[in-house]
Amino acid sequence: MNRSSVSRRQFLGASGAALVTGLAGCSAGEGGTSTDTASSTDTLKIGVLEDQSGNFALVGDPKAKASMLAIEEINANGGIDGKQIETFQRDPQSDNQRYQELTRTAINEENVDALWAGYSSATREAIRPIIDRNEQLYFYTTQYEGGVCDEFTFAVGPTARQQLGIVLPYLVEEFGPDIYTIAADYNFGQLSADWVKVLANENDANVLGEEFIPLSESSFGSTINRIQEADPDFVMSMLVGANHTSFYEQKASAGLDVPIGTSTAMAQGYEHRRLDAPAMANIYAGVNYMEEVPTDSNTGDGGFVDRYFEMYPDAPYLNEEAETNYFSTYMYKKAVEQAGTTEQPEVIEALESGIELGTEEAPEAPEGETIKLDGATHHVDHHMWIMRADEEHNIEAVENRQIPETFLSETAGCNLPENPEQTQYTPVDYYEEAE
Amino acid sequence: MVNGINLALQFLDSFAFIVLAAAGLAIIFGIMGVINLAHGEFILIGAYTATLAVTQLGLPLVVAMLVGGLVTGLFGILTERVIISGAWPNYISQRTLGRDVIEPLYDRLADSMVATFGLSLILTQGARIRFGNSIDQIATPFGAISYGEFSYSSYRIVLAGVSIGLLLVTYYLFTRTDFGMRARATIQDKETAQAMGVNTDRMYMLTFGFGSALAGLTGALFAPVISMQPTLGDQFLVEAFVAVVVGGPSVVLGTALSGGVLGAILATFSNLYGTFIGRIALLVAALIALRFLPNGITGFIEQLRKRRQESD
Repeated sequence: MNRSSVSRRQFLGASGAALVTGLAGCSAGEGGTSTDTASSTDTLKIGVLEDQSGNFALVGDPKAKASMLAIEEINANGGIDGKQIETFQRDPQSDNQRYQELTRTAINEENVDALWAGYSSATREAIRPIIDRNEQLYFYTTQYEGGVCDEFTFAVGPTARQQLGIVLPYLVEEFGPDIYTIAADYNFGQLSADWVKVLANENDANVLGEEFIPLSESSFGSTINRIQEADPDFVMSMLVGANHTSFYEQKASAGLDVPIGTSTAMAQGYEHRRLDAPAMANIYAGVNYMEEVPTDSNTGDGGFVDRYFEMYPDAPYLNEEAETNYFSTYMYKKAVEQAGTTEQPEVIEALESGIELGTEEAPEAPEGETIKLDGATHHVDHHMWIMRADEEHNIEAVENRQIPETFLSETAGCNLPENPEQTQYTPVDYYEEAE
Repeated sequence: MVNGINLALQFLDSFAFIVLAAAGLAIIFGIMGVINLAHGEFILIGAYTATLAVTQLGLPLVVAMLVGGLVTGLFGILTERVIISGAWPNYISQRTLGRDVIEPLYDRLADSMVATFGLSLILTQGARIRFGNSIDQIATPFGAISYGEFSYSSYRIVLAGVSIGLLLVTYYLFTRTDFGMRARATIQDKETAQAMGVNTDRMYMLTFGFGSALAGLTGALFAPVISMQPTLGDQFLVEAFVAVVVGGPSVVLGTALSGGVLGAILATFSNLYGTFIGRIALLVAALIALRFLPNGITGFIEQLRKRRQESD
């Protein structure tokens, strides 16, 4: 199916909307998706705040692009319930202060009907109070440590329990029970490391040691020596951001050849493409999506990958979070159509009824078959994959299955339709071994 | 358990990182009185040039690294002519407006900070626009050495050797050559140097170019081990400034000494207590040094020497 910007314009021309596009165009989206028609009731507005510069630009830029792809596709197919989507798109530059300012602008001045914003957990926590105060429907799309039970937030990326939950048991079985954890030193890394402990306990493995590394650090000599001293069967790595990427090159050149399980490498910053082989050899990523995920709706003819690179021929990689931005835009579309309105309380209610993708009227999610939003927790029962890089950095899918979110629903008892709250639960509250 | 070889290798690693990060900055700041906040981006230029020379042009790594240093040196000269001394804009404005438009930034610390900060923003964003959020990285050469349960990247040891070599070259250049003598004369007393027939304008330009080339070479040397992205210069900036300030006014000796002292502190603490504590220890050491040695290590040595001379 051809959905280039040319065909979009042809579509708009055919529907007569092109006449006013130029006049009313006020969107900052680089895809130029402003398709405002004369009356404001014929449009709805989506806010997209994703990092296109700063420390998270590498992983944030594909998110913005994938949002614009979904919006363009939806607009070209008649919009949401006949309404064309306008965008409020800005680059917060990986700066949490700027995120807060832009979030206020999006809500108070732009009156967005739904907001997609933020790569890091630190960013999410910086803007969540603003979102809750304004009762703003908000999609957080990064894979993350888990535990956010918030009536206005839909954390649709996979959680640590889902990501680590598929890769850690596999590595214990393949290589042995001794684990060494290295993680970025902020809330995501700390909580993910707690999850490694919880999962190690559940799988009769043990954590020999752990180290938390500041985001600004790019020298890993002493870390590598400490791993060698502990001599684990495998390493769990939750390193984050451009500086931490240096670890993989450095461990390869230092001759550290222990297998590494990760929830952060490759699927987000495509290290297997950027770094010379064999830096990423024997790295196992537990992810819901990578560009290489071999589903028909992803790598098949005219699939997600084809459509993305048709719209962005120069884009380097289609990453995990981009897919989440993409399918969650469709989830939102489905919810608005089900609610019959863009009024946020009604849309949230529709989302909570358990929106599914991959059914007859909604597209398949590229990560695999049907995926379902869990209304009680606002999380997604993802289709998870273990993707392994070999010596030449070829990627193979080792294992895949659907893994529901269980921490919030089963352990913490989060049920937002019945008990609206704005809490982040942490594993330490429920598991002794996480302390 | 502390392993002596680990500690020694990490000391060499930290020493090399600090010395290489600081070398170019020390010359531009210590000799010329210009605070170059674009130092990290000069390192970026060297790193990107070397990497692209290998991946796009297929040059051998060593040649690519020299090209990285050379290109950055030329860029430094351009920067000096246009922004720092304003010689070229002034040349044009003299002929069109009949007056200078740029007041040279030498010994105007705060002003040079603002100007070079602006330059650093332009360079970072320029690299992002031109090359995207990252470029493909080259692999680290030379493999690893093993000892017992440990192994270590041989290339990091080579870096330590290169850093010492660079210090020696710089020392030789500024103390034993005609160029070095003229450069130092220019910096100490511009008018007298001019009266003695030194082309001070040219000295400023070449010294700035040499400092820039060192920064570029640093970037090129570290290109195989750090992540290639537009903000990579940030990783060097803190260590570079701390080393220069702790080192004090004598460029070569100061950089070597502060590389030694700070490298030892960084290596010991990160080896014993982890990377995070290592970083904290480095900054605490800098705080203490500034409190008790306001003129840096070499300033303190100079003070001792003067006192001894007076008492003699």
